[in-house]
Amino acid sequence: MRAPLSWLRELTPLATEPGDSQAVAELASELDSLGLVVEKVDRVGEGLDEVVLARVLEISPIAGADRIRRVVVDRGEGETVEVVCGAWNFEEGDVVPLAPVGSELPGGFKIERRKMRGQVSNGMLCSARELALSEDHEGILVLARPEGGQPASVELGQSLGEHLGIGRDVVFDLDIETNRPDCLSMLGIARDLAARYGLPLLVPEPVLAESEPAAASLASVEIEAPELCSRFVARVLTGLLPALSPPLVQRRLHLAGMRPINHVVDASNYVMLELGQPNHPYDLDQLGGRGLRVRAAHPGESIVTLDGEARILGGRPPRGGEEATAKDAVICNLNDLPVGIAGVMGGRASEIGEETSSVLVEVAHFDALAVGRTSRHLGLRTEASARFERGVDPEGLERAAARFCELVVQAAVAAGVEPPKVARGIAEATAVAFAPTRLEVRPARVNALLGTSLGADEMVALLSPVGYRAQPSEEEGTLEIVVPSFRPDVRAEVDVVEEVARTYGYRKITPTERRSPMVGRLERPQQLRRRLRRVLSGVGAHEAWTTSIVGAEEQLLAGVRSELVQLANPMVAEENVMRAGLLAGLLKALRYNAGHRNGWLRLFEIGDVFAARTNEEGRRLPDEREMLAVLLAREDDGAAQAVQVWRVLEDALGLAGVRLLQPGLAGDEAGDRAGEDLGDGLEPRLSGLHPARAAFLVADKEAARLEGSRPADDVVLGVLGEVDPEVLAAFGLYDRRVGWIALDMGRLLSAPRRPELAAPVSRYPSSDIDLAFSVAEEVPAARVEETIAVAAGELRETLHLFDVYRGPGLEEGRRSLAYRLRLVAQDRTLTDDEVAEVRRRCIEAVEGALGAKLRA
Amino acid sequence: MSQTAGGDDPVLPFTPAELAEIEAEAVAAVAAAADLAALEEAERLALGKRSRFSLLYQQLGQLAPAGRKEAGQRLHQLRRRLEDLVDERRSELEAAGRLARLRGDRLDLTEVVGGELAGHLHLVTEVREQLEDIFVGMGYEIAEGPEVETDWYNFEALNIGPDHPARGSTDTFFLELDGAQGESYLLRTQTSPVQIHLLERGRLPIYAVAPGRTYRRDTADATHLPGFHQIEGLVVDHGVTMGDLAGTIETFIRALFGGEVSTRLRPAHFPFTEPSAEFEISCQICAGAGCRTCSMTGWIELGGCGMVHPNVFVATGVDPEEWTGFAFGFGIDRLAIMRHGIADLRSFVENDVRFLSQF
Repeated sequence: MRAPLSWLRELTPLATEPGDSQAVAELASELDSLGLVVEKVDRVGEGLDEVVLARVLEISPIAGADRIRRVVVDRGEGETVEVVCGAWNFEEGDVVPLAPVGSELPGGFKIERRKMRGQVSNGMLCSARELALSEDHEGILVLARPEGGQPASVELGQSLGEHLGIGRDVVFDLDIETNRPDCLSMLGIARDLAARYGLPLLVPEPVLAESEPAAASLASVEIEAPELCSRFVARVLTGLLPALSPPLVQRRLHLAGMRPINHVVDASNYVMLELGQPNHPYDLDQLGGRGLRVRAAHPGESIVTLDGEARILGGRPPRGGEEATAKDAVICNLNDLPVGIAGVMGGRASEIGEETSSVLVEVAHFDALAVGRTSRHLGLRTEASARFERGVDPEGLERAAARFCELVVQAAVAAGVEPPKVARGIAEATAVAFAPTRLEVRPARVNALLGTSLGADEMVALLSPVGYRAQPSEEEGTLEIVVPSFRPDVRAEVDVVEEVARTYGYRKITPTERRSPMVGRLERPQQLRRRLRRVLSGVGAHEAWTTSIVGAEEQLLAGVRSELVQLANPMVAEENVMRAGLLAGLLKALRYNAGHRNGWLRLFEIGDVFAARTNEEGRRLPDEREMLAVLLAREDDGAAQAVQVWRVLEDALGLAGVRLLQPGLAGDEAGDRAGEDLGDGLEPRLSGLHPARAAFLVADKEAARLEGSRPADDVVLGVLGEVDPEVLAAFGLYDRRVGWIALDMGRLLSAPRRPELAAPVSRYPSSDIDLAFSVAEEVPAARVEETIAVAAGELRETLHLFDVYRGPGLEEGRRSLAYRLRLVAQDRTLTDDEVAEVRRRCIEAVEGALGAKLRA
Repeated sequence: MSQTAGGDDPVLPFTPAELAEIEAEAVAAVAAAADLAALEEAERLALGKRSRFSLLYQQLGQLAPAGRKEAGQRLHQLRRRLEDLVDERRSELEAAGRLARLRGDRLDLTEVVGGELAGHLHLVTEVREQLEDIFVGMGYEIAEGPEVETDWYNFEALNIGPDHPARGSTDTFFLELDGAQGESYLLRTQTSPVQIHLLERGRLPIYAVAPGRTYRRDTADATHLPGFHQIEGLVVDHGVTMGDLAGTIETFIRALFGGEVSTRLRPAHFPFTEPSAEFEISCQICAGAGCRTCSMTGWIELGGCGMVHPNVFVATGVDPEEWTGFAFGFGIDRLAIMRHGIADLRSFVENDVRFLSQF
């Protein structure tokens, strides 16, 4: 909402002068504090003082130039000035605005002496847009033309500002909240300011010289759909002659952001801006049946609106949660043909034109929800619909109708044409009489919510200037409040609480301390997240944020097999699903960095993934899970990086034995079958990973139980390994290995952990045994390690694989695995015999169970 | 050394000059020893069995007792001096040797290659964790909620009726899922649905904040992303006032920005709070003097807040006459770009390591 200061000052005597920037800033701050947020303050009218009236004396061509001409003007007192001009819309004798060298146009453009095609230009002739007077940039603003061979009688050299009567002004660009429809008008804004400054509000009271016959005899209005329109008022003007609005009206419309057209349309817009009441003038002679009717549109009914577009009404299926009867309101003539979309836009057929001699102005109160619905589904938002959908003043119809007539008459008088006749009274239809909202407000409740200690009388004093009527109620300690008709949003006591706070001033409410009686702390999932982030950044991984709304294709390419959650209304067709995994996003991030020659890196992300699952009733429901993913793209072996980083995570989180279950190794059917797609939804999967370099991470105690069967859904924490080279290629990444870890955060949280009780550390010396076995490739090293661990029993302090060897000295299909086992007892130094005994047991166990051979 | 004078002097097997000569020779030899082997040789020549010193020593036994004592003392002192000299020289040579050895092991510490750098957390995480820490310090719980919500949680219970423009498909992403009784599933447009989850939980009072990802149908540009992050606050207790709201905002903004910042409220409109407000902080760039960042106002709008609307309490089964509360919310990403002078919000989802590793 653009509000010129001069217009506001006409409605309340603000002391603020437009030239006083300090005072303007203070006024802007007050507007802010009233909730009328100032987005911008435009200074206008500056620069018009230096632009002067000049008469065109001579126009001549410039050699070699076909777009510009040399113009000699008289700028008064016989002083002539030569300029170069590219506009062709004026003639010798016309009076035009001249910006002399050294002057500065509105907007800060400085006029300098220039040379074009060898011709010196000592100033500039200006268009209306260059002077910030209107949007017109078709040509030079012609201020006067010779009449009947006589030069126009103007004072050459006079400043343009003086000539047009336009002084400096300030326009506040206000962001009006949806609950303040009253402030979509100069009157509403002025009302708030008047209350804040304790000034009177000068509500326009139109004075009309009415004449017979009565409007009601010239035209009639009908309401057929009371749910769409509660009241309809019309006035009639006859004997209309074409005219333009006076400069002041045009200027105000321009400053408020509207384009002046003719005195009728301008009056209509002016009333809407001034009073907040949208209205529409019709050419009465074009209205069949000489009247208007409001009814619900028939499905499929169409109308060509003022903008020339054909609009289809009433044929829309209801949205979810909307009543099936929700209808568009249409305005018809009395032959039942549509002539306008109620509250949104008028029709082209009954537009005001040069020939219009009788005008019917429609001033109605349409249902806010209905206008909102219609405007939304037509995708047509107008100044009128914006006001109606928030709610206009149902008590302001008569004033608006009269003000319209007054403005049209004034414009005709100013333009020197015979003013139209104003038919006596109104034609009107009332479907639903307006009843003001009455509320019981407890001052104690107001203070309790605000933390103030205002007396009931103080509250009344705050509310009265903004239109509330208040009196003590019969009930002790309460006020009976009558809400002003222009505040449809105020429906409950708490809304009045806000009004008290607003008019009192939010800034005057004293901040108080409120302490939580509870101990704040992070919950376990939050602690887990933080720990993971620290550990992963410790291994050099950067945290990424990839988008959750993605393309289905990239998800499939990255191995996603679950049913994707589709967006019903994506912004673009390529981003139409929710991600079901993090791989695609992180691969794209990797590719981006690789494209900037930073492709050797580690990234991780913690975020939600989504899938659809169908329940027993056949309904599709969302499955949302939090996942951690780590992408390991250093130059080392990808799978090895994944295992190493996983070991760091496992250790840092204190997990107790999560084991790797790798498909494709003989003798491990669990693994084999795990290679098939598991379950549905967001179950961790190996799809997208290298088939021979990936494994499930399975909670160990469960894994034991699952020996020989595929892992049950509830124990797989996640997967790790290497990204399938085909997937990498699909994302434009070639000739490299990329490690991958994906973990279900919820399951990670409940994974078994090391006991909290401390294990004592032995004070006795330990002994190491190194054991190297020749083991068939099919036997996972993990099985060897497990077997040694069981055989070593309680004396085992640590056990780890320290060497893997393939090559000469080993049979085909076997490799050497070398383990170091450290033994210690809590209560003694182990004897050589004891150590030898453990060694023997371990060798026996591994050779016996796994077909391995100790290497000499 | 004391020189005795007089004719009854005992007869000595050496003259003082002879001793001095022995000493001078030995001192010169020790000083000249360039390494430990040379030093050993010098020591052997000076004090060894065949040295002049030893020969003199061996003659002691033949002297009269009086002379023997005198001569013995002198020779002993000389030996002590020479031994000390050798020890001292040995330490010198050893230290020099060690130094020479280690010099050979020199490493220019500025020529070291490679090494791992730490990974960096996403800036949004850093800011979110900072906010969480502040509120934990104020005794708040950190609540969370799903990103896929129903229109009950995202709208209806928040007093946003079916005809509210925000419920249209212009602003909200709806999902092809089937809610119960015609309800729609959608991507939450705000973190406010967490308020409803907290209230429905039924454990009062509530002092909580809820950070998380939210979605709106905005085209990605320098200041918008269709997916972004917000933090929501909710306090419900007996006798909570708007003054408490103002005070709480002041407290956490001070904790966030340090002491030199002021806050203020101005009227606004949100369906789920009444009275509603925007809260502003004094501009951190110009300290309130007015600059481009704050459009010359000295204030920067940070978020929305207000007193919990009674309809929200009623929707969640909480008695609005017994309990009052306030809520507030603001964008984590916006706070981050403001604090770090980031020109384009899209930097956050590009995941350029050159950007990520700055924070």
